[in-house]
Amino acid sequence: MIKQLWQRFKQPIDPWLLLFTLLVFLISAVLLYSASNQDTERVSDKMTFMGISLALMWCVASIRQQTWMRLALPAYVTGVVLLLAVEFFGVTSHGATRWLNVGITRIQPSELMRIALPLMLAWYFHHHEAHLDWRHFVVAALIMVVPVALILKQPDLGTALLIASSGFYVLFFAGLAWRVIGLGIIAFGVLAYVVTHWTLCVQILHEYQCRRISTMLDPTSDPLGAGYHIIQGTIAIGSGGWFGKGWLAGTQTHLDFIPERTTDFIFAVYGEEFGLIGNVALIGLYLLVIGRGLLISHAASTTFGRLLAGSIALNFFTYAFVNMGMVSGILPVVGVPLPLISYGGTSMVSILASFGLLMSVQRDRKLMKG
Amino acid sequence: MSRRPMFGAPPRGKTRRNSSNELKNGRAERSAYELRLVTAVLFVLILFGVLLARFVWLQGIQHDKYMTLAEANRISLVPVPPSRGIIRDRNGEILAHNYSAYTLEVVPARIADLDTLITELNQIVPITPKDRRRFKKLQEESKEFESLPIKTRLTDAEVARFAASSYRFPGVEIKARLFRHYPQGEVGSHLVGYIGRINDRDLTELEKNGMLANYRGSEHIGKIGIEASYERYLHGVTGFEEVEIDANGRAVRTLRRVSPRPGHDLMLSVDIRLQRVVETLFAGRRGALVAIDPANGGVLAFVSMPGFDPNLFVDGIDPQSWKDLNESPDKPLLNRALRGEYPPGSTFKPFMAMAALEGDFPLVRQTIADPGYFLFGGHRFRDSKAGGHGSMNFDRSLTVSSDTYYYQLAVQMGIDYIADFMAGLDFGRQTGIDLPGERPGVLPSPEWKRKRFRNPAQQKWYAGETVSIGIGQGYNSYTPLQMAHAMATLTNHGVAYRPHVVADIVDPNTGTRVPVAPRPERVLPWQRGNTERVLRGLASVITSGTAASVFRNAGYTAGGKTGTAQVFSLRGAKYSAHSIHERLRDHSWFIAFAPLEQPRIALAVIVENGGWGATAAAPIARKALDYYLLGKEPEPVAPEAAPAPSPEPHSD
Repeated sequence: MIKQLWQRFKQPIDPWLLLFTLLVFLISAVLLYSASNQDTERVSDKMTFMGISLALMWCVASIRQQTWMRLALPAYVTGVVLLLAVEFFGVTSHGATRWLNVGITRIQPSELMRIALPLMLAWYFHHHEAHLDWRHFVVAALIMVVPVALILKQPDLGTALLIASSGFYVLFFAGLAWRVIGLGIIAFGVLAYVVTHWTLCVQILHEYQCRRISTMLDPTSDPLGAGYHIIQGTIAIGSGGWFGKGWLAGTQTHLDFIPERTTDFIFAVYGEEFGLIGNVALIGLYLLVIGRGLLISHAASTTFGRLLAGSIALNFFTYAFVNMGMVSGILPVVGVPLPLISYGGTSMVSILASFGLLMSVQRDRKLMKG
Repeated sequence: MSRRPMFGAPPRGKTRRNSSNELKNGRAERSAYELRLVTAVLFVLILFGVLLARFVWLQGIQHDKYMTLAEANRISLVPVPPSRGIIRDRNGEILAHNYSAYTLEVVPARIADLDTLITELNQIVPITPKDRRRFKKLQEESKEFESLPIKTRLTDAEVARFAASSYRFPGVEIKARLFRHYPQGEVGSHLVGYIGRINDRDLTELEKNGMLANYRGSEHIGKIGIEASYERYLHGVTGFEEVEIDANGRAVRTLRRVSPRPGHDLMLSVDIRLQRVVETLFAGRRGALVAIDPANGGVLAFVSMPGFDPNLFVDGIDPQSWKDLNESPDKPLLNRALRGEYPPGSTFKPFMAMAALEGDFPLVRQTIADPGYFLFGGHRFRDSKAGGHGSMNFDRSLTVSSDTYYYQLAVQMGIDYIADFMAGLDFGRQTGIDLPGERPGVLPSPEWKRKRFRNPAQQKWYAGETVSIGIGQGYNSYTPLQMAHAMATLTNHGVAYRPHVVADIVDPNTGTRVPVAPRPERVLPWQRGNTERVLRGLASVITSGTAASVFRNAGYTAGGKTGTAQVFSLRGAKYSAHSIHERLRDHSWFIAFAPLEQPRIALAVIVENGGWGATAAAPIARKALDYYLLGKEPEPVAPEAAPAPSPEPHSD
């Protein structure tokens, strides 16, 4: 009886991924309790969201790969249309136009693109797997560029880069030539150079984007502005030491020195209260999630599954790395949440939906092979 | 999966045609994917490695640095200023104390439009034009982010009204502050002085003395009077609170508190009731009175008239009041007792007499004729009494104040001896009283003249100049304090105490008293017989001499000496008080001590442009002595009823 239940439970859900997710959720809840100054309401809000996200994950996982393949193109097209709608009818807030007002709530189409783009690319490569050549990669690049350009225009540099990278991972696993990757890295280097050289930068990017990047290079140049975040983040993390100051005992956190401490900068709270040991544990846990994702990719029976799983795993890594790198001052401050831990529903929903996709790939492994 | 990566892939047709290669290619494809997977794993591990290295750097290696930064970030030392010591007179009456009151404070740097703000504030808390002027002045003097009081001493109703609408006024808040208050008002203002806001000059001075740290959090400092000279006792020791602050600088909780040590209280030797009586006696006239207890140098009254209300200065004086005080021809801000230098006139004679006795000059044993003038070097030095006093000896010379006698005495003693002797009485130098800004006066001597003048012709000392010195004219000029101090030393038979206005410094916690100056500064090697002879001469001034009419029916024995200080040289013209401008009239001096047997008080009075010593200064001295010795309150004096100079001038 119990075994039967377990089998059914196991069926759509990868137990390992679920376990790791729940562990991260545990950290998240504990940390949010501290970061929100023991605001139980926010913690229970978060728990509710976790529940909803897990349910969504289960739903996504229950849908078979073929269905997802069929949904890839419509999802992508819908995403692009919505992004275009944002361009024309979007809601502007803080100088950025990222939202669509759909009556009851606002939606942010770029969030949909997080899933739709890798889905679309994976489907595209899967569709052409038998006769893949360089032209397909050019088309794939175009598929990528359209939404990325639209998101950049909003402007939302962080999301644009993350979505671009999720697309790039699909291309990478699809076999994008090393030469092109090398050229891409060089091009990225040149771009970074341009960006860090102020006047050039301003001509290309928005001024605040340039400022964020230049602030990374010298946080003290703007101690009360963007650099303030980085300085306070590194102070909090650094003062945590080997073992941290203990849960609820982070002074920097509780004295309001950490801006956005329940959202993008929650890792500063974590680093301060749990120290290096805690950081190693969290990175370990993230590695387990990423590793599980890559294993699912490795075991996938279809090109679609392989590419999608690989991209999702690496994209999850990118979120984690960019957020922690930003908070600890080795990357520019871009609005990237710490995956599964930062407060805020949208990113959690999109990440768990992507986990659902991973699980769907994992579930259909045998079916496809058979 | 692609069989080959895009660039450099073999021709498509070839691969497609060769179906036997399908499996092979499938395997190659698989291994190409696995290479990608391994690369991805390496990519993840390397980047996470970079992150871990960063954490080891921040949390392991640099931990101490960031710990320090974090501490500095969150702990702020908030200075807690001590409460200022209380000043009381010898009977415990309060001259300066503190009280707590609410102020409405504005940080001008945080206000966009001050005028609009003030207009709006005015609807809630009345802000007078005077408040505005004072605020403008404070603003000019203060630093950008300083919080400045726009309205002090708010009533409870005003506090409540503002509190209800405070949300409308960011950058404006109500603070409870300790205020200095001088309950005596103008009485004793020059003595007590006042505190004012610390300015740049004060800061420089504090830094020089290494006291700047103790003034963190303090806004006021003693500017003049006792408030200034006893600053280091009155101020106390600043405490601090170690406060945990958040990023907005708001205090979250106090970690540690080191309480401030309140300033020491001061107990004066001054009797404020005597002071008040004397100030009333001046009745609008300008002048000064210093009364000293000869037994210890304690100052009993320290009057400089007119005075001012020190309360005006406490939270910043408004420009109009400042202008009124500063530009008044009566110079109310001038401490005449301490800084007013006047020729002593005949009040110098007792000291000349003392010098003559100590030097045993022949004249003191001789009787000379006083024809009303003294011829010296072809110049005729006039006596104030036309026709002279007839035959004159040492004892009578004081009683009737014979100028002729002292002209001769001066010539006999010579300027060097005079200067030497007088220096022993602190003429020409500071008495060292515990008040700031004392002037040294001028004790003329050939040496002084060399230093004083740059022109060689002026540097020479002329023998004729010695003659005028004998009657307290010429270059001689001393402060009322110096005269009172010399009088006290004389009554004390040469035992000199340093004059002091503060008797005890009192620890407010333990009540321990530390006396200020109990030991004699100096004992002059005078023969007691000589001082007694001079003092007897001074007693005769009261009983039968120039002040006899003023001291008629005094209920005590006393000694004194009248004096007149020339303001305007008449160049031989007959002096007529009514015909010359009031400000050009002579200054009226009187020095006195009482009682004769065991002096309890020695004093010096000057009434500026009061005319003859006996007419203006001596009556004030009489009434002051009446009050001090007998407790007799003087009858109120109408300002206009100041005694007119006698129509028939006579000697001091």
